[in-house]
Amino acid sequence: MVQKLDNLMESPSQTAGPYVHIGCTPNFLGNAGIYPVDLGASAIREGAKGEIITITGHVRDGSGMIMRDAMIESWQPDAEGLFPSANETRGKADPNVLGWCRFAADFDSGDWTLRTVKPGPVPHIQGMMAPHISLWIVARGINIGLQTRIYFEDEAEANARCPILNRIEHRARVNTLLAKKTGDGTYRFDIVLQGEDETVFFDL
Amino acid sequence: MTETSPTTGPLFPRDRFWHPPAYTPGYKTSMTRAPSRPLVATSSTLSEETGPAFGRDMLGERDNNLILNFTGQPAIGERIIVHGRVLDQSGRPVPNVLIEIWQANAGGRYRHQKDGYLAPLDPNFGGCGRTISDDQGRYEFLTVRPGAYPWPNGTNDWRPMHIHFSVFGSGFGQRLITQMYFEGDPLIPRCPIVRTIPSQEAIDSLVAPLDMNGGIPMDALAYKFDIVLRGRRQTMFENRLEGL
Repeated sequence: MVQKLDNLMESPSQTAGPYVHIGCTPNFLGNAGIYPVDLGASAIREGAKGEIITITGHVRDGSGMIMRDAMIESWQPDAEGLFPSANETRGKADPNVLGWCRFAADFDSGDWTLRTVKPGPVPHIQGMMAPHISLWIVARGINIGLQTRIYFEDEAEANARCPILNRIEHRARVNTLLAKKTGDGTYRFDIVLQGEDETVFFDL
Repeated sequence: MTETSPTTGPLFPRDRFWHPPAYTPGYKTSMTRAPSRPLVATSSTLSEETGPAFGRDMLGERDNNLILNFTGQPAIGERIIVHGRVLDQSGRPVPNVLIEIWQANAGGRYRHQKDGYLAPLDPNFGGCGRTISDDQGRYEFLTVRPGAYPWPNGTNDWRPMHIHFSVFGSGFGQRLITQMYFEGDPLIPRCPIVRTIPSQEAIDSLVAPLDMNGGIPMDALAYKFDIVLRGRRQTMFENRLEGL
C-alpha cells in the first residue's frame, strides 16, 4: 500500500440534452418572466474598442444535418488581447468588452450569430497565440461539451506562428478553424461534429 | 476560514476515461454527434484559465426558488431543497461561481416546444433557476422533485428523476454541464444517458443522497449534491511566461 492522494475526481459530464434552453436561454425559448434578459446575450457593449465583427455559422452532425438544438458559448479577450476576467493579471481589459457570450442555433434555420470585437493575440509559453475566440458547444447527443476555437483566415501570419494551431498534426485540418471572410466585418464559421471536414476539437 | 480554490494557474488535465466518451451507441443521438478524430490535447492556456465572473447583483430575489419564480404562485409537487458545495479537485471550495439548473416538472414534463409528453404543464412551474456559490462554495435551491419521463431512444427508455446543472469556474476551461440524480431511484442503472459514464464510481458521484438534516421539518426534504470542477496546478516549478 502507498499513501492516498487526496485529489477529487471532476464531476462527470452529462449531456445538456434537448431542453438546455429552459435553463440557459429561457427568453430565447419563449419562457419569459423568470429572468429579465438571457445571460450572455451580447459579447460587447456599445463603445467597445476595435473592429466590430459578426460571425455567422451553423453546427452540422455526422449525417450532414444542420442542428437546431445546439447551444454555444464563446470567450475571448478584447482587441488588445486582455481578458475581462477577475484573474487577468496583465492589465485592465476594455470595460465594454464582456468577453463571454451565449447563443443558440435558430430553431428554424440552425444558424447562430456572434457580434463581437475581433480579439487581440494572447501570449503563450511558446509564443503568441493568434487572435481567436474560444467556443464551447453543447447539445443533445454531446456527452461532454466540445471545445474549439474560431481563428481568422485574414490573420495568416499570426496563424502560422500560433503554438496551438501548430499542435495540429494534420495540417489540412487547420482550415476547419478559420473563419472565412464574407464581407466587411463579416465572417462565416460552420462547425462539423463528425465526418469529412470535421472541425478540430481541443482538450485544453 | 477555509482556503478557497486558486483562481490562477494551469488547469488539471481532464481525465477522459472518467468522463463519458463522445461515442456511446446506447445513447443513439451521440453516434452522429461524436467527433471521430482525436481531440488535439495540450496544456491549458490563458484562454481556458480566464473566464467570465458573475456578481450577485444580477440575481433576482427568487432566482433560486423554482417553486415561486415563474408566476409567484406555488408549483405543484414534492417540495425539496437541493444544496451542496462547489469544490475543485484539490478539495477547496470554489466561491462566487454561477450555477444554473433546469428540470422537468413534478409530472416529468418540460416547458419546451420540443417536449410533447402526455403529462401536463404546471402553469406555475418554469423549470429553471440560478444562484452564485457563497464564500465557502455553498449553494442551495428550493424546487419540486422532477418526475421521470419516457424518451425516444430504445423502445421503453425512461429518464430517472434528474436536475440539469450548468456550472462555471474561474476559468472557461472548467465549464461543466452535468445532471444530478436522486438516491434510490431504480431508473438510474437502466438509463442509457447515465450509462454513457464508464464507471459505477463516477455514476455514484452524480447521485445525491437524501439529507434529513438539510431539510425543513413539516416543509421540505433535502438532497445534498457537491460538484467538483477541474483543479489548478500550483507548483513553484511551473513555467511562467514573463509578466504573468
